[in-house]
Amino acid sequence: MFDVHAIRKEFPILSREVNGYSLVYLDNAATSQKPQQVIDAIVDYYSNYNANIHRGVHSLSQEATDAYEAARKKIQAHFSVKHSHEVILTPGTTHGINLVANGFSSLLKEGDEIIVSALEHHSNIVPWQMLCERTGAILKVIPIDEDGVLKMDAFDTLLSKKTKLVFVNHISNALGTINPIKYIIDEAHKYDAAVLIDGAQACSHIKPNLAALDCDFYVTSAHKMCGPTGVGMLYGKEEWLEKLPPYQGGGEMIAEVSFEKTTYAGLPHKFEAGTPNICGGIAFGVAIDYLNNIGFDAIAAHEEKLLKYATKKLLAIDGLKIYGTGTQKTSVISFNIEGIHPYDIGTIVDKLGIAVRTGHHCAQPIMNFFNIPGTVRASFAFYNTMEEVDKLVSAVERAKMMLQ
Amino acid sequence: MTIEQIQEELIDEFSMFDDWMQRYEYMIDLGKSLPLIDEAKKTDDKLIKGCQSKVWLDAGLNGEKVNFKADSDAIITKGIIAILIRVFDDQAPEDILSAKMDFIDEIGLKEHLSPTRANGLVSMVKQLKLYALGYQAQLNS
Ligand SMILES: Cc1ncc(COP(=O)(O)O)c(C=O)c1O
Repeated sequence: MFDVHAIRKEFPILSREVNGYSLVYLDNAATSQKPQQVIDAIVDYYSNYNANIHRGVHSLSQEATDAYEAARKKIQAHFSVKHSHEVILTPGTTHGINLVANGFSSLLKEGDEIIVSALEHHSNIVPWQMLCERTGAILKVIPIDEDGVLKMDAFDTLLSKKTKLVFVNHISNALGTINPIKYIIDEAHKYDAAVLIDGAQACSHIKPNLAALDCDFYVTSAHKMCGPTGVGMLYGKEEWLEKLPPYQGGGEMIAEVSFEKTTYAGLPHKFEAGTPNICGGIAFGVAIDYLNNIGFDAIAAHEEKLLKYATKKLLAIDGLKIYGTGTQKTSVISFNIEGIHPYDIGTIVDKLGIAVRTGHHCAQPIMNFFNIPGTVRASFAFYNTMEEVDKLVSAVERAKMMLQ
Repeated sequence: MTIEQIQEELIDEFSMFDDWMQRYEYMIDLGKSLPLIDEAKKTDDKLIKGCQSKVWLDAGLNGEKVNFKADSDAIITKGIIAILIRVFDDQAPEDILSAKMDFIDEIGLKEHLSPTRANGLVSMVKQLKLYALGYQAQLNS
């Protein structure tokens, strides 16, 4: 049985106070909080078996290597990946995207086209712009409608024989829109274009089945799914990972080195130069177990309730407008109140112990589309409660009274 | 009044309030009395970088004193600038340059002093002082 109050007890930070109020943490789209199990795994690693991996013959190194590789297998199983060497452990989403963008430098030529969506995080825009600058490829953008939903008819017309790559996020961080990625992947494949899905916002809400999705690359960050910062996954289909050149050179990623010639290690090590975030990788695996123990169906059901309730209560506030009003969305509410700057609302509600994000959420093109400086974004996780929604709503009402 | 006297006066005024709500409400009121910049002068070169809200700051020399005008699209930010302008407006460049900022802490707005704070109070102070530096050079030449 899903018991939100029991779950909250597993997150030490949720019982702290901020500015004299009990913390109401509604900035989960930026990063999630960590359960005791994950914190314990980190302490356990450094207390009991910290050693460098893949190279030592001594027992400690073997233990650490086994735990790290077991985590990779756990991640593989969780995301329904065919081979464990298709799971590259990275420092996070941004790194994974840059790794792929860099790799494609040698595979693209002038006039090739790459398609991104208007809903992207800056992490999924800037690396591709840099790639275009290096190769002469052209960036095309799938537009959005007033609900913050991608226009699929426009996507259809953007696709052509020239399309080599398509990049979209699974779920928009600024608005919470769930994108029709299965359709995008299947259509792009008709033109032999590779598809990268940015799953940074998705994996705390849903459990993607990458075998069924059939995308070519999928990237995500552990810190958004109850794991630590500085670690994430890049999934790539074997044939693509073989084709891409290494991203960074160094230890771990080589087979043989001499000054005349170096040969690279096989997958996944070819893309994992240097000592990795060993502890982070292991704790990522623990976070995945934690989420699966609660169950993604239970998580989705609870978050859906929070979203519905919060949407209804917030919309009852006079002058409040929600951005991102498509039917397919996760528990993210991006809003403004007429005549009030989002920064002002964020400042007042913070004084009341409520953590929300204000600003452009690293997605300036979306803000430009709606012609707003930014929004207030409340993003809910499975450990948030209906009472916390009530606190948010009354804090926003109080802010409105002070600011208008 | 000297900069220090004005700062003392502000500390006095803010000491009347017992909670943050009252302080913020007062600050918001101060923001409403801000000497605004003409719309035509709200150009990009007057924009202060490093703020989540937009902040425009303009200055001019009046005899040997510097005058400031400013505006922002966020009302709390406007209040903060109003406080800064009250302190620095109509002062000599060297006094502006040597002024201490401890009073911000004493009026209970310490949280705005962090350099990473999105409202950019620190950027505003830097910009005020940059203007003062420019006018000081102009007056000395
Ligand atoms: C959709 C999306 N993509 C990419 C990122 C970047 O993730 P990271 O900072 O963990 O690399 C984020 C994080 O906010 C995100 O929401």
